[in-house]
Amino acid sequence: MRNFLLYHNNIAKSIHNSNKKGRTALIPFITIGFPTIDSTVPIVKKLEENGADVIELGIPFSDPLAEGLTIQRSSQIALENGVNLNKCLEIVKKIRSEGVKTPLVCMGYYNPILAKGINKFCEEAADAGIDGLIVADLPSSEAKLLVTATKKHEISLIPLLALTSNEDSIKLACKFASGFVYCISVLGVTGARKKVNSKVKELVKKVKVYTDIPVAIGFGISKKEHIIEIGKYADAAVFGAALIEFILSNKKNLPEKNAEIFIRNLSKKNDQIGKNYENSWR
Amino acid sequence: MEYYKDNQIPDQNGRYGDYGGQFVPETLMAALSELTQAFEAIVNDRNFSEQLNSLLKDYVGRPSPMYYARNLSQALGGEIYIKREDLNHTGAHKINNAVGQVLLAKKLGKNRIIAETGAGQHGVATATVCAQMGLECVVYMGEEDIKRQAPNVYRMRELGTKIVSVTSGTRTLKDAINEAIRDWVTNVQNTHYLIGSAVGPHPYPKIVREFQAVIGKESREQILEKLGKLPDYVVACVGGGSNAIGIFSGFLSDLTVQLIGVEAAGEGLNQKHAATMARGKPGVLHGSMSYLLQDEFGQVLEAHSISAGLDYPGVGPEHSYLKDTERAKYVSATDEEALSGFKLLSKLEGIIPALEPAHAIGYMQSWVRKLPKNSVIILLLSGRGDKDLETVSNILNEKI
Ligand SMILES: Cc1ncc(COP(=O)(O)O)c(C=O)c1O
Repeated sequence: MRNFLLYHNNIAKSIHNSNKKGRTALIPFITIGFPTIDSTVPIVKKLEENGADVIELGIPFSDPLAEGLTIQRSSQIALENGVNLNKCLEIVKKIRSEGVKTPLVCMGYYNPILAKGINKFCEEAADAGIDGLIVADLPSSEAKLLVTATKKHEISLIPLLALTSNEDSIKLACKFASGFVYCISVLGVTGARKKVNSKVKELVKKVKVYTDIPVAIGFGISKKEHIIEIGKYADAAVFGAALIEFILSNKKNLPEKNAEIFIRNLSKKNDQIGKNYENSWR
Repeated sequence: MEYYKDNQIPDQNGRYGDYGGQFVPETLMAALSELTQAFEAIVNDRNFSEQLNSLLKDYVGRPSPMYYARNLSQALGGEIYIKREDLNHTGAHKINNAVGQVLLAKKLGKNRIIAETGAGQHGVATATVCAQMGLECVVYMGEEDIKRQAPNVYRMRELGTKIVSVTSGTRTLKDAINEAIRDWVTNVQNTHYLIGSAVGPHPYPKIVREFQAVIGKESREQILEKLGKLPDYVVACVGGGSNAIGIFSGFLSDLTVQLIGVEAAGEGLNQKHAATMARGKPGVLHGSMSYLLQDEFGQVLEAHSISAGLDYPGVGPEHSYLKDTERAKYVSATDEEALSGFKLLSKLEGIIPALEPAHAIGYMQSWVRKLPKNSVIILLLSGRGDKDLETVSNILNEKI
């Protein structure tokens, strides 16, 4: 039963396959329409070719209150480029039409989804080729409507859990979680950090009591050492701000070239970790 | 309207009908439930109310007077009474909430206070109470507002508060709140976020209403004492809605009293403005569902008002509910009308109003004429205008 559920879900399956090879699954995040509207498709292709197991696409929002400076800025640039929710879905379609098979997860804020209509959004997102959805300002206790709509349209709703989450929130989130559970490793906003907060280990442990689906860790992840560290107790690592900073800092390269260099570097040593696959599913 | 009498608003999920709720990053949920519990505990705590009331009396200077504005009444018609929140310590209603929440933060054992501010009145009130109680205080203020409310920036500095200039987004109140929330997510374990208006995730709108309700309670008693009857109208300006909900709450179950909130129409409702309920649609910003100025794709629009305190694209969830249930009516006044109200009250009554409540006066200039002759109106003067003198004289080109 467990395997059936896992293999039925593209996102969990992809993470699982990576883990089977002894790797920590890699989930890069990139804001749609950053640095230009035309860069998203080639960036996503390069990420897929160079080791991404799931790709997170940021829907830009005017008031991204869970983001640090880097992702705020990428969001702002994307909005100035004329990105809106319709444009995001168009770009996702284009990504799919160019043959990208990697599971795609959208991460955004609640208001743009509300403005379109929860059901309409889920329908259009599924149609465009979105596999999963993360909403940064929608805690599990407010997620009822979205749980129903994502189920109906077979999109995975991926809950965020925090170091401060209590038992009840963890239980509730694990009940509807699909694809993976996203554990936030820091008290704070997104943005590259020097070290992985070891407290997140406790959180992952608690989450694994309530669910068999993969657990990813994100916020602050910026280098290979972090991925190796995370691989000891979780199944996947999400990184965004560090990738975006790398794209911004090496202006000589095309954005997709930078994305390639960045993820290759994280991916390279990753398969030497010797991740204990059996353990990762307990 | 029975709903108000049994105190079921908001419900236990912090909902005012469809409005309100808790739309925040997961990291903050534990702090919100801790805050809810602490708040429910102090509401019935004798000790707490004694402490609060003594500070309100001796430090803030309550009760604030209810003044019969004879000259204004003669000029505009009606019988106009002014509730004088401008006479509070620090010059606005904001300190009522600041005193209450700082006491609450102490209960929670949090020794660092953060706040956002637009006009600077809430920042000053928070800085003041933190100075008095010896707490660390950080205030987030938009770069734009730091320029147009300079006197309040000086005051906060003298009070020992750190001011963080917010340069993201619109550089006004909206982005100051974003920054404050980001700080809170990061420092949630030792920090209380002291929100200055009836906005934000549950339980904030309820907490702020509770601490501002003293305005409504006093007003009701004072008008009954003076006239032996209730007013026909209560008029207040609405930014996030704290002064308005404070006075409205005293009259919600008096169905004969018409409640009127005045939003900022800026350059006009078809130009740049901050008239959230007149022109917005329900949406989610800063933790709650409420009317919101937004584009068709759900991006939040920049608000505009001459007054920094009303320059906000959202509004407290209870006002959205009061609007939809028609218990209160929301209107608007332009920058120009506010300036005219500012001048009028100064000249006729010798009271220089803040630009925020000057919107209510501006609205009354055309509206009161249409009312039956002896209509009794309470105008809530939420703050005094010293902070706005420079803005006003610049705009009207009056050289010092
Ligand atoms: C004097 C005064 N009145 C009104 C307001 C608007 O806020 P609210 O609608 O929360 O009362 C402010 C805000 O800064 C203010 O300083």
